[in-house]
Amino acid sequence: MEEQEAYQKDIESIRKLMERSVKFISLSGLSGILSGLYALAGAGMAYYLIEFSSSSPGYDSAEMHERGMLLNLVGIAIGILVASLITGFWLTARKSQRVGAKIWDATSKRLLINLAIPLVTGGIFILTLLTQGEAALAVPACLIFYGLALINASPNVYEEVRYLGYSEITLGLIAAWCTDYALIFWALGFGVLHILYGAMMYKKYDA
Amino acid sequence: MKNPFENLDKTLEHRVRLQIMSVLVANESYDFNALKDLLEVTDGNLATHIKALEKEKYVSVSKTFIDRRPNTRYKTTERGRTAFRKHLDAIEDIIKQQRK
Repeated sequence: MEEQEAYQKDIESIRKLMERSVKFISLSGLSGILSGLYALAGAGMAYYLIEFSSSSPGYDSAEMHERGMLLNLVGIAIGILVASLITGFWLTARKSQRVGAKIWDATSKRLLINLAIPLVTGGIFILTLLTQGEAALAVPACLIFYGLALINASPNVYEEVRYLGYSEITLGLIAAWCTDYALIFWALGFGVLHILYGAMMYKKYDA
Repeated sequence: MKNPFENLDKTLEHRVRLQIMSVLVANESYDFNALKDLLEVTDGNLATHIKALEKEKYVSVSKTFIDRRPNTRYKTTERGRTAFRKHLDAIEDIIKQQRK
């Protein structure tokens, strides 16, 4: 009987180690919710910018105006990205302290590399789109590459991240057909989906 | 019925060794320091057990330099993977038999 307990313990420790050595468990669901809220705020700002600046016919040519607008929109997007990254990093550091795991270990390194490959590829591709005057496809491309990055990194995090990735890709592919509603798809993909999945993960792993 | 204890792997009966193997089976490769942090064991302790696994050819070692500092990475071999699986099967049998 004693032996059986010892073996049960062995099995338990194997299961825990296999999971902990692969999965980065300190990822905070709360950071998903917050970055979703940032994205919604950003989408609101972008909407305001588009609606109310186009009505005033300035002395700039239409082309100049469009370029200025594009720069503003890209600025908003980058601002949200930076804010989300800082929040995510801070909350994750806090959680890893709480669960007694290191934030910078072999698993989180691998997670970052797996995320970075599709993200950097997508970033360069989207910059190319913008400079080539194909700005309409920038939002679908953002969603698609972000989804691919999530799926690529999902073995190292919670399994919900993979489903979030599928959702982002689906949304991106649909968005490519309805470029007039780019802002709505952007708000759905980076706002609503983040809040939804973030809340799911927060309930399941953080609380 | 055959005695399931006979199927246990003598090398893997040690918990730290079994833990090392479980990390290496789940990951492509792992380096010494990361393994040490994960298992919360001392340098010497980990080195001894890895040596034992190396001797059985359950793990393979590759030594490289990163920023001029030595970096030792371990991988499990096919032989190690099979041994690990058989050992787990044996544990499973033992638990099953004792439940009856």
